[in-house]
Amino acid sequence: MRATRFRATLAAFTVLAVVGLTGCGGDSTDPPAGGDGISGELTVFAAASLTESFTRIGQDFEAAHQGVKVTFSFAGSSALATQINQGAPADVFASAAPVNMTTVTDAGNGDGEPTVFVRNQLVIAVPKGNPDGVTGLSDLTKPGVKVALCAEQVPCGAAARKALDAAGVALTPVTLEQDVKGALSKVRLGEVDAALVYRTDARAAATDVDGIEFPESAGAINDYPIIVLKDAANKPAARAFVEYVLADTGRSVLTAAGFQAS
Amino acid sequence: MTAGRTMLGATPHLGAPLLDAHLVVERGAFRLDLPLTVDPGEVVALLGPNGAGKTTALRTLAGLLPLSAGHLTLAGRDLDHPGRRLWIPTERRPIGVVFQDYLLFPHLSALDNVAFGPRRHGLDRQRARLRAADWLARMGLTEHARRKPRQLSGGQAQRVALARALAVEPALLLLDEPLAALDAGTRLDTRAQLQQHLAAHAGATLLVTHDPLDALVLADRLVIIEHGQVVQEGTAATITAQPRTDYVARLVGLNLYRGHATGHSILLADEFRLTTGDPYDGEVFVAFPPSAVALHPRQPDGSPRNTWPATIAGIQRHGDNLRIQLTGPIEVAADVTPAAAAQLKLTPGQPVWAAVKAAETRAYPAGPVP
Amino acid sequence: MSHTTGEVTRPTTVAPPTRTRRTGRIPVALLLPAALGLLFLVLPLAGLLVHTPWSTLPQRLTEPGVLTALRLSVQTATLATLLCLALGVPLAWLLARVRFPGRRVVRALVTVPLVLPPVVGGVALLLVFGRRGLIGSWLDTTFGITLPFTTTGVVLAEAFVAMPFLIIAVEGALRGADTRYEEAAATLGAGRWTTFTHVTLPLVAPGIAAGAVLCWARALGEFGATITFAGNYPGRTQTMPLAVYLALETDLEAAIVLSLILLTVSVVILASLRDRWISAP
Repeated sequence: MRATRFRATLAAFTVLAVVGLTGCGGDSTDPPAGGDGISGELTVFAAASLTESFTRIGQDFEAAHQGVKVTFSFAGSSALATQINQGAPADVFASAAPVNMTTVTDAGNGDGEPTVFVRNQLVIAVPKGNPDGVTGLSDLTKPGVKVALCAEQVPCGAAARKALDAAGVALTPVTLEQDVKGALSKVRLGEVDAALVYRTDARAAATDVDGIEFPESAGAINDYPIIVLKDAANKPAARAFVEYVLADTGRSVLTAAGFQAS
Repeated sequence: MTAGRTMLGATPHLGAPLLDAHLVVERGAFRLDLPLTVDPGEVVALLGPNGAGKTTALRTLAGLLPLSAGHLTLAGRDLDHPGRRLWIPTERRPIGVVFQDYLLFPHLSALDNVAFGPRRHGLDRQRARLRAADWLARMGLTEHARRKPRQLSGGQAQRVALARALAVEPALLLLDEPLAALDAGTRLDTRAQLQQHLAAHAGATLLVTHDPLDALVLADRLVIIEHGQVVQEGTAATITAQPRTDYVARLVGLNLYRGHATGHSILLADEFRLTTGDPYDGEVFVAFPPSAVALHPRQPDGSPRNTWPATIAGIQRHGDNLRIQLTGPIEVAADVTPAAAAQLKLTPGQPVWAAVKAAETRAYPAGPVP
Repeated sequence: MSHTTGEVTRPTTVAPPTRTRRTGRIPVALLLPAALGLLFLVLPLAGLLVHTPWSTLPQRLTEPGVLTALRLSVQTATLATLLCLALGVPLAWLLARVRFPGRRVVRALVTVPLVLPPVVGGVALLLVFGRRGLIGSWLDTTFGITLPFTTTGVVLAEAFVAMPFLIIAVEGALRGADTRYEEAAATLGAGRWTTFTHVTLPLVAPGIAAGAVLCWARALGEFGATITFAGNYPGRTQTMPLAVYLALETDLEAAIVLSLILLTVSVVILASLRDRWISAP
């Protein structure tokens, strides 16, 4: 079958790319194994919005389990889902949206059922000090106010659409960004007056932007599911990591970053 | 057709040279120092070996290279005068140039190449083309007017280049080795045609060449430069009769030596003497053509007063004859027929006796040019 | 040559020299890597073709967003190329013909957009032409002009990324051109500007055409600088590459169709231009 061969080739390139990107920082000498029998390398594919919190959790996890080396690949959830389905060597997948998790589980690449470990909510990101005095979604339709949204094809865009529809606000953005960081950077650079982004992203950029909460965001909450993958090379470590994220140890880091506990 | 005779620019005073220049260019160790005048209608050939400064001189006249010192006046107008901080750029000089490989614009037809100059000189497109067609007709190229340069033969391209240069009716026409790019057969025809067109040109013409035949056929006067200096100047006849440097002698095909004459006897280098028909006392040049040198297998008896042993250094074809280069007390070129060469079994390295009749040598004073 | 009565004898003309093509054996050492190179370039294209959903293709083609993005892409790439020609050809001339201090530095600066990741290029453009940028803020307060999120912004972003391709090609052509033609033009009374327009430009026309084609192709495929500087809004700033990227998020087949359209259109346009410009007489 042609398609299979094509996929195999694509997978090979993806593997090369991922190894090339993530293999650089690796420490060649393994630390001595801890007493809990968990050791070795662990590869986690996680949504880009988890970058700061998962890096922190990974460090804590390594400290708790001597002998485990955690490697992350942070990217857009849909790109990660595609890579996993093409055979990329990952142990754990943490997605920013259920739809991308479904892509993986539907292809039979999950081990068990995904668990929602955290939730994210939209806020209105405005330049520091809120110069336009934005208090809610309706303020974004004022003439002269430029707004960036995510494109509806990506989770933050879908959530924004849901929230705007719920509020009954007809908003014409100046741009539909490819991801939430793109929308946020337009605010940081002063090119737009407001953007709908995740609370966690606004909080990470707190030096430049303020996050304005708005009630309609409750109807557009984004669930973050996590799963151990079927082809995980290191299942014990993968399971331990997922448990670690779901436990208070992981959640405290995530809530500190602005996520809501599930 | 008289368009070619209409003069551009200020009419010079009667009898004054159209071009009056003293070209001085200093570039590192090289120095060009060339006084040059050309009268209206006169064709002057600038001859010299490679590196003598011919092209440098042409470029200063064309405004492609500034003078270091001296002056350049054309048709009563100063074009370059470093002393007065005056310099007229190329495009505002009343000149026309035929370049060595013509440099016809490859993207333009022959007609548009010729029309290019008139158009820049203010004619509208229509009239510039009419002028160009007129010039092409004069060159016998009417049927080639629409061709692109690469569709033209070498001789045709040369004529288009000449038409292009003349179409601006220049006060000074500059020709840089105009025939060098042509093969021998084409060159003969083209040279004859070029001669006609130069004769019809009312302005001054300067022809830069290293080919003595071009100079002799095309020019009224020859200026010969070596190492940036004039070594000899005059008509073809005077220069051919009395060459004053080795280069000029070779150019006109003569053996030339400098020596001290006492009556009919001239002392050359190394105690070697030649007897000549022209008696003189003092520093002289003595010259004779290679055809005056006879070669013998052993010392000849009888009439020739000048005989000496020599060694054959080289043999070359020269026209129908063979030119034999001889070493010995003096370096000599001798012309012999192939039959004679075969009879004497001439080969390089072979010793022979050379003989020159006194009557065939010419001696003339080596002082300043008379 | 015999002249028979009644037969029209054309004047003998010199035929243009026909170049005899040397057909020799092609060395395997060249053929093998050449074939591999071709495969490497063509196989991904074949991959796209294999995965093209041919059955739904007509229906996808007629989706309004597709044609809008395609038209915008072709328009902006063409405008960007014209902008590059207007600014890049004089710059290339300066680099090739005028000796000035710091010429090497300028030449290196010209190639910066080649090595700069396009997204960074987009940010750099925002810092200059953005609403708070050095020039952008002045444009905004003085004329009320803002460039980000406009079609003009797309053109600027594409021109920024594509201009080096044009400059390098044209500068190379200018350096290869024989400057003595310019001297010949001067002796015929042409000033520098006339010489440039009437002699230099026609002489390097093939190089300019090649550079413009490269420039256009680069502009057509531009993604990073465009989305960063001009954003993404259908009909205004969403060019084909942006549409492809977003389609990739949800619908691989749609992305393939869009890529295929972009490829086809660009190949058709380039091939037809190539015939007209480059293989001229």
